[in-house]
Amino acid sequence: MSQTIATPPSIHLDTDYIGKPTSRVDGPAKVAGTAKYAAEFNVPNLLYGYVVSSPIAKGKITRIDAAPVLALPGVRQVFSHENVPHLAFLDRSYKDDVAPGGSPFRPLHDAEIKFSQQPVALVVADTFELARYAASILHIEYEEAAHETELARHIDDAYEPGRGKTGYKPPKSRGNFGRGWEQGVAHMEARYSHHAQHHNPMENFATTVEWLGDKKLKIYDKTQGAFNSQQYLTKIFGLSKDQARVISKYTGGGFGSGLRPQYQLFLAVMAALELERSVRVSLTRQQMFSFGHRPETLQHVAMATNPDGSLAGINHFAVAETSQFEDFTENVVGWSGMLYDCKNVKLGYRLAKLDVFTPLDMRAPGAASGSIALEIAMDEMAYAAGLDPLEFRLRNYSDFDQAEKLPYSSKNLRACYHEGAAKFGWERRSPEPGSMRDDNLLVGWGMGGGIWDASKQPAQVLASLDADGHLTVSSGTNEIGTGTYTIMTQIAAESMGLPLEAVTFILGDTTLPESPLQGGSWTAASVGTAVQEACTALGEELLKQAKKMDHPAFKDAKIDDVQFANGQLRLRSDATQAVVLRDLVQASGEPKIEAKNSKLPGLIGMVKPPKYSMHAHNAVFVEVKVDPDLMTVHVTRVVNAVAAGRIINPKTARSQVLGSVVWGISSALMEESVMDHRFGRFMNHSLAEYHVPVNADIHDIDVIFVHEEDAAVNPLGIKGLGEVGLLGVAAAVANAIYHATGKRVRDLPITIDKLL
Amino acid sequence: MSPVTQVPAERPPVALAPTQPITLHINGQDHFLTIAPWTTLLDALREYLALTGTKQGCDHGQCGACTVLVDGKRINSCLSLAVMQEGADIQTIEGLGTEENLHPLQQAFIDHDAFQCGYCTPGQICSAQGLINEGKAKTEDEVRELMSGNICRCGAYSNILTAIMEVLGNKEDGAEVSNAPMPKQEWSAGAARAEMGPVEPAK
Ligand code: FES
Ligand code: FES
Repeated sequence: MSQTIATPPSIHLDTDYIGKPTSRVDGPAKVAGTAKYAAEFNVPNLLYGYVVSSPIAKGKITRIDAAPVLALPGVRQVFSHENVPHLAFLDRSYKDDVAPGGSPFRPLHDAEIKFSQQPVALVVADTFELARYAASILHIEYEEAAHETELARHIDDAYEPGRGKTGYKPPKSRGNFGRGWEQGVAHMEARYSHHAQHHNPMENFATTVEWLGDKKLKIYDKTQGAFNSQQYLTKIFGLSKDQARVISKYTGGGFGSGLRPQYQLFLAVMAALELERSVRVSLTRQQMFSFGHRPETLQHVAMATNPDGSLAGINHFAVAETSQFEDFTENVVGWSGMLYDCKNVKLGYRLAKLDVFTPLDMRAPGAASGSIALEIAMDEMAYAAGLDPLEFRLRNYSDFDQAEKLPYSSKNLRACYHEGAAKFGWERRSPEPGSMRDDNLLVGWGMGGGIWDASKQPAQVLASLDADGHLTVSSGTNEIGTGTYTIMTQIAAESMGLPLEAVTFILGDTTLPESPLQGGSWTAASVGTAVQEACTALGEELLKQAKKMDHPAFKDAKIDDVQFANGQLRLRSDATQAVVLRDLVQASGEPKIEAKNSKLPGLIGMVKPPKYSMHAHNAVFVEVKVDPDLMTVHVTRVVNAVAAGRIINPKTARSQVLGSVVWGISSALMEESVMDHRFGRFMNHSLAEYHVPVNADIHDIDVIFVHEEDAAVNPLGIKGLGEVGLLGVAAAVANAIYHATGKRVRDLPITIDKLL
Repeated sequence: MSPVTQVPAERPPVALAPTQPITLHINGQDHFLTIAPWTTLLDALREYLALTGTKQGCDHGQCGACTVLVDGKRINSCLSLAVMQEGADIQTIEGLGTEENLHPLQQAFIDHDAFQCGYCTPGQICSAQGLINEGKAKTEDEVRELMSGNICRCGAYSNILTAIMEVLGNKEDGAEVSNAPMPKQEWSAGAARAEMGPVEPAK
């Protein structure tokens, strides 16, 4: 008899997918055009709704003449505040999961106009073209009232928000900034600003509602949270969960815009219920500028340093816009009390109410804005103190979260600085502005960085193994391009020792186990951990089945004694003692064996007082080349070094950071929603005039993931990547431009006119 | 308070467009449909023919999501009326390759992770095929420039560039491309007509 060789538990398996650069499992569907987005479900007997938007920013509708439109053959209905059905009465029925404090906007609720481009009517017709035409001839009269849209004129009436988004904490000051300022030997003080920005995912918002009879609806919605859309609908329309099934398998970009249900969802569902027909409502690109956006923010930063280059004090104050009806809050200044070591920190944050739609989380909400001011200010301070910007940051490195008074669960920002700088060649930088050239072009090198929360939400996952040995794992989370399908498949496959082909991850449906909104960079950590837990639970079920089958080897085996590998359940101590997973299911007599993760660990974890501060960090290095005559700026090189715990998939993770860099360049040089205050209206509401980078604008980008192990954040050690890569990029571009030209521009985007 | 009027009050003309039968030749197949002249090629594909692989991002020729190939040239299908394309050879993403039989550009996009949300992707791939057909772009800078009509809000540009350069390189090297979805012709011709050579970019 040949000797059996035991497989040591640490042996490397082919199915160890975590950490491997795996191609997207949804890749073939996306490149072949078969991945279906919300407006692409061509259900039978579909009607089309087209939204009419208000031309004024404030006032009221005095007359709607729908008769000529209704006379057009094929037009089914014109919905407006005059004939909107009676719906839920209380504000709280209109609150979605992430609604900030205040009174949510109710589409077509009354004659009042609260913001420009407010939806005022929905024209429903047999074809899209007819609905669009009919909407274009709908006669509406308004009484216009004076509006206020200029943030700079309302700094004095700005107030400290007491309420805001769930989880919003007012920033905490510490020490005595005044004293720090006085004791300091070098100082800087400046104001920074950026304008409103709109998410503009490539897919416009759309909802297709399939009417199944008896108020039963199948709702294909563009959203970052199918459950959020569902609960919004059930409360407003009095539908059961079964009647309001929301499906969102693919989302053509979110960046935060899909965190709250958009008004096309309300309108499409209302029309479907009223007309008892299937209805689709898609917004136009122009209408994508009619709802939430990154708020215009004005910031003021003052800093002082001690003789040794350490920070003596930081003062960071921000005023941001919100709507008249909700208090949209975000953490703009709080990061300035965390990122660097400093005893004396004074922070302030206020809101000013304007006649605009409520702002909305947009990629790295708050932090993206705050890091523009903080990281340009750090550059200014470094120059004032006569220090290299990198050296200055290293001298003020913080190993302890002074704001929360907690140690970091892990923080390898130092490696980001060192590895990023080495890759970039930072030591060859000559500090004088305008001192580096490439032929006649001015060369500038700048840096920045940031910090973002590593958070986790409760999520539920079902893992199910069928009689063919195929594993299906499901959870109602979303795929907005972040790689959710892929990394969940990797985690499940590795957990159960199966090849990727034997695993399917299903998401985006309210009939699946409930998952949190896709946002806040928490999906990988939250759903990923839950996938692992569900697979462990499934493993236990499978072991139970093995015991039932009288397999002697497994009689006394505990879950830790076994291993899942090569489609088998086997003993860790003796790999030849194995049973094929498929056989376990077949022997059970059931079509499948399944298990859910328990919800409990997440909840317990949330009420325990935290022992650590958990955050991801990055450091980014940027090279610009500026034409000295035309002042055109090209970002020629970027190195972004990220410390975000364990990287499940370096391939999709790299893409997340590449995308963040593109966003940072965009916000530094191009992106702004230009408000014409005479009309209270964003004037550049199209992709021709709202500038975002195209391929020719993007050059070399290097992404580094520094090694960071963290057992405290979650069992997988994931910190999340959706936001952190964006931080400091815009500031680094601005700093590089200063280094190239000697011009310090503090109002973003830095367009040519500001440099000439 | 001052009055503002949206659309004049006098009864607007009833301008319903009569429909007419047309034949569109798409991905090697004839499609018969009865359609109004005001329907764009994009809407005809998406709403009337269930060819939803072609995407709509702006409807104004500003984003490139709706790019398809017409007689081998890339066009923004939102800027063309369906009735104008009778007799033309239209190729959409569905005609380039399928999930089971991917076109080399589609494979390269997957290999290099040249997308995230995937919404701009069919347009990027059709545009890349159009760029290859034009035969002009050789260098990275040229490809970047001539791919700049396609916005990717996810910011996958560097990977899109790598993917296209790889396919361009293979083509230059004369490498065998085995998984041609349209067996009768060289995949890189991209056009539905085999005899068609490289074309100039549409002005
Ligand atoms: S949809 Fe045609 S260019 Fe944007
Ligand atoms: S992949 Fe999302 S827009 Fe390009």
